[in-house]
Amino acid sequence: MKLKLLALAAIAAASLANVASAAAIKVGVAAEPYPPFTVPDSAGHWSGWEVDLMNAICKDQKLDCVITPVAWDGIIPALNAGQIDMIMSSMSITAKREKVVAFSNKYYVTPAAIAVAKDSKLGMTPKDLAGKVIGVQVATTNEAYAKKFFGKTSTLKEYQTQDQVNQDLAAGRIDADVADQFTLADFINSKDGKACCKMLGALPYDAETLGTGIGAAFRKSDTKLREEFNKGLADIRKSGEYDKITKKYFNFDIYGG
Amino acid sequence: MMDALRPLMKPHRLILMALAVALVWWCAVSLNWAWLPDYWNNGLILQGLWTTIWMLVASWALGLFFAIWLGLAQAAGPWFVALPAKGFCSVIRGTPLLLQMWFLYYGLGSLFPYIPWIRHSWAWVYLREAWPYGLLALTFSFAGYEGEVMRGALKGVPHGQLEAARAFGMSRFTTFHRIWLPQAVRRVLPTLGGETVLQLKSTPLVATITVIDLFDVSRRVYQDTFITYEPLLLLAVVYMAITGLIVLFFRWLERQVPTKTA
Amino acid sequence: MLAYLTSLFEPGHALGLLAWSPPGWGQVFLTGLLRTMEISVGAYTMGLVIGVIGAFGKLYGGEVIRDLFSIYTTVVRAVPELVEILILFYAVPNVINQVLVSMGHDRITLPQLLVGITVLGVVVGAYMTEVLRGAILAVPHGQIEAARAYGMPPAMVARRVTMPQMLMNALPGMSNLWLNTNKDTALLAVIGFNELTLTTAQAAGSTKAYFFFFFAAGVLYMIISILSGRVFAFFERRSRKGQPQIRGGVI
Repeated sequence: MKLKLLALAAIAAASLANVASAAAIKVGVAAEPYPPFTVPDSAGHWSGWEVDLMNAICKDQKLDCVITPVAWDGIIPALNAGQIDMIMSSMSITAKREKVVAFSNKYYVTPAAIAVAKDSKLGMTPKDLAGKVIGVQVATTNEAYAKKFFGKTSTLKEYQTQDQVNQDLAAGRIDADVADQFTLADFINSKDGKACCKMLGALPYDAETLGTGIGAAFRKSDTKLREEFNKGLADIRKSGEYDKITKKYFNFDIYGG
Repeated sequence: MMDALRPLMKPHRLILMALAVALVWWCAVSLNWAWLPDYWNNGLILQGLWTTIWMLVASWALGLFFAIWLGLAQAAGPWFVALPAKGFCSVIRGTPLLLQMWFLYYGLGSLFPYIPWIRHSWAWVYLREAWPYGLLALTFSFAGYEGEVMRGALKGVPHGQLEAARAFGMSRFTTFHRIWLPQAVRRVLPTLGGETVLQLKSTPLVATITVIDLFDVSRRVYQDTFITYEPLLLLAVVYMAITGLIVLFFRWLERQVPTKTA
Repeated sequence: MLAYLTSLFEPGHALGLLAWSPPGWGQVFLTGLLRTMEISVGAYTMGLVIGVIGAFGKLYGGEVIRDLFSIYTTVVRAVPELVEILILFYAVPNVINQVLVSMGHDRITLPQLLVGITVLGVVVGAYMTEVLRGAILAVPHGQIEAARAYGMPPAMVARRVTMPQMLMNALPGMSNLWLNTNKDTALLAVIGFNELTLTTAQAAGSTKAYFFFFFAAGVLYMIISILSGRVFAFFERRSRKGQPQIRGGVI
């Protein structure tokens, strides 16, 4: 009798394990578009650099991954509640955040850049921008950067999404927009961006605030998935797949030193 | 003193209170409050609290002022005054405040920069900020809801009193501010506390248009640290405390005003 | 006439931004409206169930039940809905999953719509409890006693005496609460729920036609408010047959 029960339990455990390994990995991305990294089309399909990178890593590690869009505000609770299994949404790795979630190795780094209104005569040094209002997206490496270099002399205005910062630059509610170079370039080259604003250029690199880079986030208990991700990332870096994907979107290397 | 405590001494209430204490203890010990000193020391929490409170007080006072005129226009005005006032109240009460706020900030606010004389005027310094739009939306909202209440209260004052005042030779203005308005306000007072609490609960919406109020501070803590529930729980407790203060204040206010109506 | 009206919605015309298929936003917009209605109706129904239980619990329940319901209604009504929605929206699936995992089951993904309705329903329930409680209290006790004296069984007393009179007293409050529920669905926009307000913001952000879309959404909300105001007014008149009519502030 006891043996039979044990056998049953073993079968049940095995089948459960089967289910678990077969279940798709749900990859959370912020529902708000972040071109050129994560972009939805009107039919709800996601594309972009980060999506291609995810597909390459999942293919390398033979994982079945599906994209699950979640509002940026709810993305961490969704991870902890098990609605999603990992997050790939241009998330900056910071020491404070590492206390709550576990990050993968960084998969890209971006320098901060600065844009202003088209007819503006502002320069890009802290002295040029003294007393002016600078818009940044809250809790990004760029915000940390802006705080360090412009925080004492200029007013920082913080927004929930980069799209709102861009909108308010166009509307003249802020004097300058500090964001990562790639997304900012994407905005400046768009129709609305061209009409209102211009890029001043990349700001001097600062390893302290920008160095940690962008990583994927996991539940702290989920070490297996995180290791698989890191292994997959290392593999596609070595095989040249990473550079191939990057060339599709950028004309320079975004991995950083 | 003991009499006041007696209703609390029932066994099930003692158990409930013990449970509440246990819950608070559990929250304090096993949840993550390490972020709290940082945000207290950098002044963000106090700044948020201050914004919430002054937004509430300013929109309350301005809203009530407009509400009296809206109520008066509907209760006593000719049709070309009454109709727009009624329309205003209906639109405010019929659409979500969040939509109104976004309409003002993202809609109206995005038009101003394209009008050169506004952009070069002194007002631009304020119009480019977010708080005037938040304050305006909150004021309109309170005015809309209270305007409706004032209309009912003004109509509820017995007509004979107004006629008597006129017969005493009071001017229209004196009748209004000596007889009509005080009695209407007295009728409104019992509902005013509840309406003020509702207004307090509307203030966090200003965070969605980049005003740094208490709610925005809690969202910022989340964005910085990814700690989700603790800032929200603390926020709920603070709002509950402010609600309690408002209720107490209006109870005190009601006692100051003689309640006997004609 | 009809041809003229439909031509307005063609791309490039006055209402071209609301054309049915992309690049027009008509379909997306109406889907948002539909979600808003789904959540409102769902949450209101749930609030009604909670409200009935809460009102009877508060009036006729034992001391413990009464105190528990008092705590529920006081806390829910003292904290901003936005904060409550944020806490519950994340906490409910989290708690369910933790219970499931601790019992050895797999995590489940809850449909967003269901969570949205539940969260809002819990909020509406607290207000509904108070509306219904007040309405029951306003039924003159003598009438119930008289009905009993005539030998009516309790079910009949409820159906013939308590319920009709309670409904008459409750309808104005219920009508206000319905309008508030409908407007509170907009708060779900903050957590990325694709109802009318978020759809509006997205459409406005993509097309930069802020004024147009916010105005259009405002008109839709007004239509809902006015229509449902009429419906409630009709029922109120019916329920007040033979009673003096009171004219509330109808939108």
